[in-house]
Amino acid sequence: MAMPGTLDSANLNGGQKLAVKYFTVALALFGAQIVFGLLAGIQYLKPDFLYGVLDFSVNRMVHINALVVWLLFGFIGSSYWLLEDEAGIPVVGLRLGNLVFWVFTLAVAVVVVVYLLVQIGPGDHSTLWLINEGREYIEAPRWADIGIVACVLAFFFNVAATFAKGRYTGIGGVLVLDLIALFGIYLAGMFYTPNISVDQYWWWWVIHLWVEATWEVLVGCLMAYGLMKTLGVRRKIVETWLYIEVALMFGSGILGLGHHYFWIGTPEYWFTIGGFFSALEPIPLVAMVVHSVFDSGTHNMKNNNHPALAWIIAHAFGNFFGAGVWGFMHTLPQINLYTHGTQWSASHGHFAFFGAYATLVIAFFYLALQKWRGNVWMSGGLAGAWRWKWALGLLNLGMVGMVMAMLVAGYEQSQIERAIEGSSWVGYFVAQAHPWFVQGMWWRQVFGWMFAAGFVLLVWDLLTLGRSERRPAQVHAEPGVR
Amino acid sequence: MSHTEWWASESFWRKTAIWVTAGSFVALIFLTLDSMSAITAGSTRVPAYSVINHRIDYVFDEKRNFQVPVIGVEEPLFGKTLTEAEAEALVSRGKLTTQAKNCMNCHTLLGNGAYYAPDLTKAWLDPSWGSKEVREQMMVDFLMNPQDRLHNGLGRRMPNLGITEDEARATVAFLKWMASIDTNGFPANFTPIDQSDPPAESGSPTQQQGG
Repeated sequence: MAMPGTLDSANLNGGQKLAVKYFTVALALFGAQIVFGLLAGIQYLKPDFLYGVLDFSVNRMVHINALVVWLLFGFIGSSYWLLEDEAGIPVVGLRLGNLVFWVFTLAVAVVVVVYLLVQIGPGDHSTLWLINEGREYIEAPRWADIGIVACVLAFFFNVAATFAKGRYTGIGGVLVLDLIALFGIYLAGMFYTPNISVDQYWWWWVIHLWVEATWEVLVGCLMAYGLMKTLGVRRKIVETWLYIEVALMFGSGILGLGHHYFWIGTPEYWFTIGGFFSALEPIPLVAMVVHSVFDSGTHNMKNNNHPALAWIIAHAFGNFFGAGVWGFMHTLPQINLYTHGTQWSASHGHFAFFGAYATLVIAFFYLALQKWRGNVWMSGGLAGAWRWKWALGLLNLGMVGMVMAMLVAGYEQSQIERAIEGSSWVGYFVAQAHPWFVQGMWWRQVFGWMFAAGFVLLVWDLLTLGRSERRPAQVHAEPGVR
Repeated sequence: MSHTEWWASESFWRKTAIWVTAGSFVALIFLTLDSMSAITAGSTRVPAYSVINHRIDYVFDEKRNFQVPVIGVEEPLFGKTLTEAEAEALVSRGKLTTQAKNCMNCHTLLGNGAYYAPDLTKAWLDPSWGSKEVREQMMVDFLMNPQDRLHNGLGRRMPNLGITEDEARATVAFLKWMASIDTNGFPANFTPIDQSDPPAESGSPTQQQGG
């Protein structure tokens, strides 16, 4: 076996070898997301920039699709990462898993190339099948939808069969049930109807029940595993917390779906149901903060992977503030009437996707890196530790800066465009031209560049951290001793 | 540590998680069945596609305390009364066009989408079209050649998306139909284009605003 510190795939089990492939593509797509986000941001400031070449709609579509796909790749990779550890046996169907990885990656590449080069098509079904479905977040054409379903079914089979053949831990059980829901829900978005109310009703089933329910439970599983790995928290504790989180998350999030049904034609009872249950959605996120901070405290912050734990803590707080607080701020219909479809939503979207999901996938990048380098030391006194700290700082500050800038723009928009100008097109442009809005867009761009700098540093760090380290990873106190 | 209270036990929370999830999901299924019947085209909340044969307005309703769509006198789109099947085909073509041209990644529809361009929920009723007599043709012309038309003082312009005349007319039909959906008062405090007939005096009661 190679010396500690050397990147050697012999250090990984079969599922983990596959996981690092997914992580690599995820990181590349994260980069693409940032590039196209910056381009779209510039267009707010200089509308002629790339006009007619890469219009805002194209940049924005690639920006949000890269987001969805890099997080999915991150989740699939993370699931493969913990699979053999949890189930206690090698992944069942690993060859299929590898084949699917290449098919999936190729399909994503084709979809992106078509987005960039073909962009749009004639107003008929052929465009929806081949180019672009034109529905935010799930723009992938129908052929790719079918491919995605096939790929994730194969992935699901691998996970479920491995747990079934090996052993079902609590994390494993929750993960398998959650994946069934996650993939079943995707099917709800795969049809065409001329009725836009019906269209958006089911579209939200996919978007909301992914982002505010099944993805949250999935990261709950990942956080449980991450806390066991980094801090050595006992399984009984993390799994009990996981069940509490699932109960609270699904208990609030499933009917919290109703906060998307205020204004799309659906009946007025959704005001009450959506308002009430979505107002409860922050509670499980508070639980996750308590859980992670309490566990860190009881272990005196002694952990074997400083960057991974730092990102897990960033996840706990980012999830609470970005998804919980920012979501709660405009979830009640009385305020949502004025904020729905303004930069307020963009502020929440950025904070929530980053805080809840990007952070935890990055934590898994670091868990993977440590083991890939032969379970090398990643605690105090690590050579070149400034890089991960600065990456963490720049990414988080850059994000918070963007979020605040968009929030100010959103306040201005909901006041001037909506409340005063009565939501007319003239009102829209009056608000877009207001100095408070324009300043918000400038600051968003500035913090976007800061975020991008953090990303560059993150990539550099992932390529180098632990390379010159020879010490083995810090060992946890025996489970149950504490 | 030796004894765990029932309320802190793993098995209690596992069972709770299962029951809460199952219960919520069953509730969602029932609500979905009810909502689907309420928003099928042809219901009171989401009118039949042939509503495009009529004038559509957006008027403050005292009882509900917000603006609601009001379907008025016959006012066929492009001067041609359509059957229900013809209207559905036209609106559907328009909806397909909005998807194929990726409208939702600049605009919002029913408030959902991107925020680079105005909301289209009540595009049909927006006062920017000037008068109801020229509106239909202006919308078609704009959709087909938006790049060299006046937009706003920001320099933001809709690109030419290669929309054909048929697609443009279908899109206008879709937008007119969408304006008839009862969106619980979204957008609020909206002043629709004046659709009163020429002899009527200005400031007719149907144009009265709430708030």
